[in-house]
Amino acid sequence: MVNENSGKILEKNKSLGWVQEPDAKALMKLQGLDIPDFILTDSFEAADQFLKASKSPVVAKAVSKKILHKTEAQAVVTGISSSEHLKTEMARLQTLDGCEHILVEQMVQGLEIIIGAKNDYQFGPVIVFGIGGTSVEIYNDTAIRMAPLKPGDVYSMVESLTAKEIISGYRGSAGVNMQILTHLMVNFSYLIMAFEKEIESVDLNPVICTRNRCVIADARIILSSFRTAGEVG
Amino acid sequence: MGYPVSLFIPPDTPFIPVNSACRKKGRKVDLKCLFRPATMAVIGVSTSQDNHPANVIYNKNNLRYPVKTFPVNPKGGLLNREPLYPSVGHIQEDVDMAVIAVRAAFVPTVVEQCIQKGVRGAVIVSGGFAEAGNSSLQQRVVDIAREAAFPFVGPNCLGIYAPDHVDTFFLPGERIIRPDKGNIGFVSQSGGVLVDQMVNFAGQGIGLSLAVSIGNKAYVRETDMLDWFDRDLGTKVIAFYVEGFERREGRLFVEKVEQCSKPVVILKAGKSKKGSEAVSSHTASLAGDYRVFSEIMKQHCVAEAENEYELAAFCEALSCYPQGINGKIGILSLSGGHGVIAVDACELNDIAVPRLEQETMDSIKKRLSPEIRKIASLVNPLDLTGSSVDSDIVMAATYLSRDKNVECVLALLLPYSPGVSADIGAKLSQVARNEGKPMIAYVPKEDKYKIIIEGFELNNIPVASSVDGAVLMAKALKRCRPW
Repeated sequence: MVNENSGKILEKNKSLGWVQEPDAKALMKLQGLDIPDFILTDSFEAADQFLKASKSPVVAKAVSKKILHKTEAQAVVTGISSSEHLKTEMARLQTLDGCEHILVEQMVQGLEIIIGAKNDYQFGPVIVFGIGGTSVEIYNDTAIRMAPLKPGDVYSMVESLTAKEIISGYRGSAGVNMQILTHLMVNFSYLIMAFEKEIESVDLNPVICTRNRCVIADARIILSSFRTAGEVG
Repeated sequence: MGYPVSLFIPPDTPFIPVNSACRKKGRKVDLKCLFRPATMAVIGVSTSQDNHPANVIYNKNNLRYPVKTFPVNPKGGLLNREPLYPSVGHIQEDVDMAVIAVRAAFVPTVVEQCIQKGVRGAVIVSGGFAEAGNSSLQQRVVDIAREAAFPFVGPNCLGIYAPDHVDTFFLPGERIIRPDKGNIGFVSQSGGVLVDQMVNFAGQGIGLSLAVSIGNKAYVRETDMLDWFDRDLGTKVIAFYVEGFERREGRLFVEKVEQCSKPVVILKAGKSKKGSEAVSSHTASLAGDYRVFSEIMKQHCVAEAENEYELAAFCEALSCYPQGINGKIGILSLSGGHGVIAVDACELNDIAVPRLEQETMDSIKKRLSPEIRKIASLVNPLDLTGSSVDSDIVMAATYLSRDKNVECVLALLLPYSPGVSADIGAKLSQVARNEGKPMIAYVPKEDKYKIIIEGFELNNIPVASSVDGAVLMAKALKRCRPW
């Protein structure tokens, strides 16, 4: 159920203690999961070309070993649709602490959900699911199940949320494609099972769901070696 | 001391070996001798202190239980004119099980002696191990026992209570209230909580097949008990009081629950942050994040009881109905108020009170006694009024059971209603049996109404002593949604 190259990606990041976004997304892609089109570059020209080719606005992020929490470090800019905006933001991002490259990616719009994993002391790998955005922490409207998930688990997780109508659709809104969500969560849970020794926790936050896609817009993987690895900002 | 022990056995006592059904050849770990011993040694009996735990255990088993019991103390001699054996090795007969109540430091040696004697398992009552920071001593005992496939319960525990068979609780027999023999298997990390719950169960008329206080659970753990009870023909429901699991032990537990053919009920302590701190200092086990625990129990169809009322209600309901339902209840009452209270409780516990089929209401209406036909309310919850008689209640319960939207019938009976006879319990039980749908009854728990309660209970219909209690029983059945 897991690609043979996945282990190499984790191994490469062991000394850092966590996996940077481009690698984390590559890992998800190897698992057959959907990620946005992207370009990893230092050049404004290349980024601008990507923006122009893209039918929608783009997101720009700083990739830095020193930035674990990108939002707090103002290392993410969403909704970029003009070359000027891209240029100024790229220049600013490049000045951030330890910035190696700029990740420019297609901005997908839809319902934000959060999918996470944690290696629990008593139960081993568990999967967490909830409605994304800032309110997830306020309402704590999440469901937890032991990995690996069965398709029925995904349906029961949705069913157990207070705000389940947001997922299933309400007042004419389409809701989330359950087949795609199930594929994502079941496969994600197998990835976590395969690397339970290496992985401490994962945040796929946000995952953006439309009627026919569930795209992992950001991924952060904390490795078991995190506590022994150096401090990060 | 110094005398061979045989001197103390009157010469005319013939040596009759007890036929130990639990003994089999081979070294495979088997808990049978531990839980169903024919012979038992109590090691650590005091010659001077009559209220020493070992003396309490020895006295009560020797006097009140069929298990043949031998007291052991290195001093030897006599205890109440019966021989006191200097070591377990001095007992001539086969010893199935030993209760070890000596100081922690002596436990490894005593365990070795038991193994040498061919004892098949032990209850180690003694404290002073992992719970007191002495993990290495505990590990030594475990290593010795594992090497010899010698299972033991504890240390730091009350041990086992098998009704009508054996009782290693060091609580004086006259002080504790024990449930009768029944079909609930109960495993507890805390001895104190177990005794409390035994009082609770006894009060509710719920019986036990076996209760085990596993204490530090150094050898016999929850997962072993699941295996045991799954195979035990006398057990229908397996109940646990859990403070916390060891690393990944929770995963093993729920994996075993999935294989288990019987309903599992769990009461968890250490839900709050403060509670968790209390737990880690209590039995030296780590309590994990409660939400993870609770959600995973639900995922694996374990009925988690929120408190001791739910624990008793769940055990009773599931011992009658092991099969899960979606949670759609038909309520039959003789008073509007009781129906409303039940509906409120259902909503609180996420149980549906569905609309009945028109056919059901019509069928009931045309068969009701003419006196109540106009005043009875025939929507769910049904209110047949205080003027209804047995035949109305039996007929309404029958058609309610046949309604496609109803999975379980709640019969709220007011035994003081003039038209209700003492036979109503048995009559309604017959309806449940004929229609094949679970029925749960509420009857006030008073001696005066005992005949009604027995009418239900003898027919395996659970009876709650409050309307809320009846709804909690229905909640137990809803624990697992079939996909």
